Amino acid sequence: MNACPENVLHLMDDYLDGDISQNDERQLREHLESCSDCRKLYQELSKTIAFVQSASHIQAPADFVQKTMARLPKEKQRAGVQRWFRRHPMLAAAALFCVLMSAALFTNFNDDQQFAFTKQPNLVVEGQTVVVPEGEKVVGDLTVRNGDLRVEGELEGNVTIVNGQYMASSGVITGEIEEIDKAFEWLWYTIKNGFKDAAAIFDTDGTQTDE
Amino acid sequence: MDALVNKRIAKVLKGDQNAFAEIVELYQNQLYQICYRMLGNKQEAEDIAQEAFMRAYVNIHTFDQNRKFSTWLYRIATNLCIDRIRKKKPDYHLDAEVRGTEGLNMYSKIANDDELPEEELMRMEVQERVQYEISRLPDKYRAAIVLKYIEELPLAEISEILDLPLGTVKTRIHRGREALRKQLSNL
Repeated sequence: MNACPENVLHLMDDYLDGDISQNDERQLREHLESCSDCRKLYQELSKTIAFVQSASHIQAPADFVQKTMARLPKEKQRAGVQRWFRRHPMLAAAALFCVLMSAALFTNFNDDQQFAFTKQPNLVVEGQTVVVPEGEKVVGDLTVRNGDLRVEGELEGNVTIVNGQYMASSGVITGEIEEIDKAFEWLWYTIKNGFKDAAAIFDTDGTQTDE
Repeated sequence: MDALVNKRIAKVLKGDQNAFAEIVELYQNQLYQICYRMLGNKQEAEDIAQEAFMRAYVNIHTFDQNRKFSTWLYRIATNLCIDRIRKKKPDYHLDAEVRGTEGLNMYSKIANDDELPEEELMRMEVQERVQYEISRLPDKYRAAIVLKYIEELPLAEISEILDLPLGTVKTRIHRGREALRKQLSNL
């Protein structure tokens, strides 16, 4: 073995991998003819490969497909939904937004079942009714939830009544009166206010740029 | 073949589970064979091959359809096999001690659950011996040898399946080959 060039083993590996140049192959053949040790090694390796390759091809058991399919998770529909979300991320985001938004609005509406009103000085409360007493003057907007409003004095501002009634009386209101009774109207009102606010922002922006 | 498989995959992605059955049908024998040669046990081979298909199904959306499906599938399977081999290593050492005396008997139990005529048994002897010698290889050489000489895959594909550079794959095949040669020197 001492006389063998160092690269003979590499050449042999390359040859057995089926990845050798013609030149190298000739070099290997020449060496194998002259060196019995390397020839023996080469023969043993070839035999080893032939031996491993003699392993017969085996088949999967007959019920393999059926058993495999039985093991798959049965989440067809859920998987379908997940895939849909993955493919349409914008739509998914929009849908999620709508769901959360409406949930928030409706909960707001339903949770706010208790009586509430805008705190203003000199307002009088009688049970579930807010009263602007005779001879008094209230300045500013007034919102009443889940209660009624009776104006006997004077009110300078807009009135909003949610789930309640405005009881016409001798009082004076300088402003708009709005009564909201149903969930849908409450939703509409919220959206409308949102747009009004937005419009207000744009208006201010507009005037600022104009100047 | 790949276009055919990709069509099936598109169906699976749409939620058609039956299309996956056709994929299993196509690859069951190769996959089962890899697992059997790696693990040397029918029950385990079946279990791991099924597990590999199951994982392929669950993760099918991560498969890049510009690549070869078989490469991806074999990669899942070889990783599972190597994990399984590593987990039962202590057992393997116990087996190894028995090897010198009764090793062949032990391995013959695996393949011998059917009654076979005598000449068939004679042929089985060689088959058992092959499986036995493959099982004695260290797991990292075993995967490379099985893919190269049993599945007869090109080196580039083996390198992709095992996620190893081509040079490393070659080295493992060379060392595996050399180890087998030594194991067989008394044949």
